[in-house]
Amino acid sequence: MLLKIDSITKAFPGVQAIKSGSLELRAGEIHALVGENGAGKSTLIKILTGVHQPDAGSVQVDNRELQFTSPIDAHKAGIVAIYQEFSLVPSLTIAANLFLGREKTAAGLINSSLERARAVEALTKLGSPLDPNKRVGDLSVSEQQVVEIARALLANARILIMDEPTAALAPREVRQLFDILRDLVKSGIGIIFVSHRLDEVLEIADRVTVMRDGVTIETRGKADVTRRKLIELMVGRSLEEEFPRGKVSHGDVRLEVKHLTGGPVNDISFTVRAGEILGIAGLMGAGRTELARLIFGADSQQSGEIWLDGRRAEISSPRSAIRNGICLLTEDRKRQGLVLCLSAKDNFALSNLRRWARMGLMNHRLESSRFDAHVSSLAIKISSPYQRAESLSGGNQQKLLVARWLETDSRVIIFDEPTRGIDVGAKYEMYLLIRKLAAQGKAIVLISSELPEILGMSDRVLVMKQGEIAGEIIDVSSATQEQIMAVAV
Amino acid sequence: MNNARYQSRLSHLITDYGMLIVLVLLCLLFSLLTLKDQTVSGERGAETVFESLNSGQSADGKILIVVGTTASDTEFGQTLFAKLGDAGREVSIEAGDPARLREQLSLIPFVDSVRTIVTTDVTLPVVKNLLGQSRATGAEVVTPPKRRWPTFLLAENLRNVANQITVIAIIAIGMTMVIITAGIDLSVGSLIALSAVSIAWVVGALGGAEISLMGVMAAVLAALVMAAATGAFSGLMITAFRIPPFIATLAMMQVAAGVAYIISQGKPIYRLPEGFVWLGRGTDPILNMPIAVILMFVLYFLAWVLMERTVLGRYIYAVGGNPEAARLAGIRVNTVLMFVYTLCGLLAGLGGIIMASQLKSGAPTYGLTYELYVIAAVVVGGTSLSGGEGKIIGTLIGAFIIGVIQNGMNLTNIETYTQKVVLGLVILAAVLFDRLKQKGLRRSIGFFRAIPRAKSEVTST
Repeated sequence: MLLKIDSITKAFPGVQAIKSGSLELRAGEIHALVGENGAGKSTLIKILTGVHQPDAGSVQVDNRELQFTSPIDAHKAGIVAIYQEFSLVPSLTIAANLFLGREKTAAGLINSSLERARAVEALTKLGSPLDPNKRVGDLSVSEQQVVEIARALLANARILIMDEPTAALAPREVRQLFDILRDLVKSGIGIIFVSHRLDEVLEIADRVTVMRDGVTIETRGKADVTRRKLIELMVGRSLEEEFPRGKVSHGDVRLEVKHLTGGPVNDISFTVRAGEILGIAGLMGAGRTELARLIFGADSQQSGEIWLDGRRAEISSPRSAIRNGICLLTEDRKRQGLVLCLSAKDNFALSNLRRWARMGLMNHRLESSRFDAHVSSLAIKISSPYQRAESLSGGNQQKLLVARWLETDSRVIIFDEPTRGIDVGAKYEMYLLIRKLAAQGKAIVLISSELPEILGMSDRVLVMKQGEIAGEIIDVSSATQEQIMAVAV
Repeated sequence: MNNARYQSRLSHLITDYGMLIVLVLLCLLFSLLTLKDQTVSGERGAETVFESLNSGQSADGKILIVVGTTASDTEFGQTLFAKLGDAGREVSIEAGDPARLREQLSLIPFVDSVRTIVTTDVTLPVVKNLLGQSRATGAEVVTPPKRRWPTFLLAENLRNVANQITVIAIIAIGMTMVIITAGIDLSVGSLIALSAVSIAWVVGALGGAEISLMGVMAAVLAALVMAAATGAFSGLMITAFRIPPFIATLAMMQVAAGVAYIISQGKPIYRLPEGFVWLGRGTDPILNMPIAVILMFVLYFLAWVLMERTVLGRYIYAVGGNPEAARLAGIRVNTVLMFVYTLCGLLAGLGGIIMASQLKSGAPTYGLTYELYVIAAVVVGGTSLSGGEGKIIGTLIGAFIIGVIQNGMNLTNIETYTQKVVLGLVILAAVLFDRLKQKGLRRSIGFFRAIPRAKSEVTST
């Protein structure tokens, strides 16, 4: 047994992050760790990497019990974690990054030629012949990931922990990464693979361990598990359906986009009716988010027209889009949606303040009553209106933003990756909400990288490719993921 | 549980009112350090002295009052002189600085016949000298009564503190808003000079000391517009051309300082009318508070309303907290930024006018390194340089902390060089406190609280 974690517990002020954590990793195995946000995955990883110390329980590497007092100890034991946020220095070269902190020196000076040679060696081993003199900042995300893995190998890592490694990768790059990982484990390395993407987990992992509420519920072999079973284990109850049903009759055309061009988006036209959910699928970089930003006025358009309820709308900024009843729920809630240091109520009020205000003075009473109304109708869980947006869960942050846009009286709602980073349980609630909004007659544009989500929620699907619409799927109920991918690639 | 609640309250108290507590402690400290016998002069002192002079043995004979030039001395002398005169006593008064008094007194012929000499502490040595010269040997020397009271807490000193920080505190209003938007404005110090020089120059051009009220108004307006326009220009560079605020305002700092030198040709401009000092040196008739200090409090009230009660205020916080999210929420981010930089420039211009009024002149050296004091006041007041957070009242407290420290060190005879060291350390401490507040304090207090509970859970599982 390469690694054995036995009955670990860990408490933080106010939360028992891990109640009972156990996991066994064999040499040459890819072991997936799944669970909802807050299930204790990241705490478990941080204990493994020596960032946190467990309150009880043991960690054994090669059947020897080890106690890590710092990340350096874990590193020495051959445990290396690669996080979503890479720990590379963009302004330095690949070679310099690979040997950062462990520079090859001769007489106190850096031996660059030796470093370069070793770098080439390590990169070739990973099947990725990158030039070690290139600046890391100039590399693509997947190339940077390879550099991270190479760095781990050069540090003699035997246990590699990968936290959401595919989150920022295109499907082709995911394939490449998986090939690299499969190759790696052949040499006896063990990989712990943490991911929210269950399809990928099922593809790459030899075994899967599910965590829920700080407890490692079960470890199953690849053969004994399905997507549905995994979700049930993660949520802790049996799921009726992943996506709520409910067709509504569609009204007149609400949103009409004519020949919209700008940035990577090239001459896109489509319509969405009142009550309709239009799914937009496509690979990363196909221009879906850019399309959404163009419609919302966040980026400036070169040409094209946007019509709302049969009238042309002049949209030059988010401000004018909002005034016209268009809203955008951005894919990155923390950077582009919320002002994290402000309260939940302030975030809700932001786009509505001016309308409520009298002579520039805020109307606190109206603000509070509108906020309370939305909190109860959308079932937003907050401890107080003054709770900082930062401390809300992903699902509640998303609902808070939905509340804001409902208050501005939006007629067109664009969701960009609405369930990214949201728990499986909360996802269902989000889907229900989207359905409800459609039933109220809103025109909904749903952008998502999760094909099951696109297929499960949309009334009609557009597939984008290289800034253009590559295909349309009208009969969604009989469409398959492969069908979409065939158009998208 | 009770203990936990008490601790959380304590941490709230420290984080929310920490700076106020520091200010109060500083005041207490300097009060204790400057505790000494104070002469009760002024009107009350005169009253007491009058009582004692009008009763007892010394109830006849000539009286000479010798006082210095301070406000309380003058008040004391005038009041006593009037009272004794009313009581029908033969009384004369001499006022002036010690050197002049010595000369004057030696020239007065009737000194020998004086029975009683009333003098304050300031002029006591002069009087003693007079007695030593064996003039007026028979005279009885009377001084006002004394009481134990901290020099720091004397009304005159407190007024001094307020007066010293007015300019810094007023500009710090604008700076607080700029820093809340995650920006910085380094040009305010130079804008003080530019504004002071401009107003002095315009007044000079419009007739100098004989200028009309309208003329003064025009000059004030010109200086304010000039400063606000400079601020707006910085804002334009920052919003339209995405130049980092640090660089844009650093450039404007140089430009404004240069223009101030050009206008004044490097020399102070003195031709300001008598009435012009009203703003800087005048006081209101009721509380005797300097007009500029009252203006400062009024501005702070308005700024508080702006930040806490208006839509614009909320936008300022939002833009600082996350400009992209703010823009996507429909806020005109650039307009908000233009506003704060223009306002900051405008207030720096006002600061320059106040300083010109206090000093009755305009010179290109005014406000040198003031930007650092202003930023210090904002930071000490708890506004985070990373933007999105901060309170306008905190800045006022921060300005007072800096003022009190400087004043207190002056009173306790700590030299200027040491003062700089202390001030630097105070700024550092304030920022450390801010970090602690954000990252550690609540957690660390919570941390100690959580250990027993965590252990009990460990044993139970």
